[in-house]
Amino acid sequence: MQLDVLLFASYADAAGASSVRVSVSDAARVEDVVQAVRAAAPAIPLPARPLVAVNHRYAAADAVVAPTDEVALIPPVAGG
Amino acid sequence: MRTALVSAPIDIGAIAAEVASPANGALSLFVGTVRNVHDGRSVDGIEYNAYAPMAECEMAAIAREAGERFGTRHIVIEHRTGYLALGEASVAIAVAHPRRANALDATRWIIEALKARVPIWKLEHYADGTRQWVEHGAGRRSASGHTAEPGRPGA
Repeated sequence: MQLDVLLFASYADAAGASSVRVSVSDAARVEDVVQAVRAAAPAIPLPARPLVAVNHRYAAADAVVAPTDEVALIPPVAGG
Repeated sequence: MRTALVSAPIDIGAIAAEVASPANGALSLFVGTVRNVHDGRSVDGIEYNAYAPMAECEMAAIAREAGERFGTRHIVIEHRTGYLALGEASVAIAVAHPRRANALDATRWIIEALKARVPIWKLEHYADGTRQWVEHGAGRRSASGHTAEPGRPGA
């Protein structure tokens, strides 16, 4: 399946885009999506275990991703 | 109980009035403002950028959790986005409770949870014309790892 992974802040600047399209196997897990993003957009300074949101909630590395899910890479947050 | 991401200036008096009631003897208000210096560099202003739908979910979840934890429904949280000048309010939290300890503790808990969990980023504009994304929790979050306990502030 193809996913458009959303990017924000420093990640979006590094990629020069607000999302990155990746191909992963069906029933891929969050960690597989992260690996695909590393390969597709190596300029993004991802930490070893980046925060990932699926459908607006933080998701564990082993959570399964569906084709209709909204997946986002979350840079270290700095609100307040 | 109300939470919101807003683009217009935050009306602090209105937020305080919103949670005030005769049953509550304590009203605690926290306001975060744009500071003129960061890590020794002169700051002109800060651009706040949010992943809006998720930020709204997280802010609402934080208000609900604080309500359960501290025993009040009188909570309002507003966070502003866009470019803010020095001294402008970026975030305001109002909590009312019959007792001051709960109101104060809830306010502190909410701001710490917000800073740890809500997907908002700030691009600092410096006096020398440069800009940089601020990553407050970078060291702590990468050390504790991906989603170790994203639901727990300060984790």
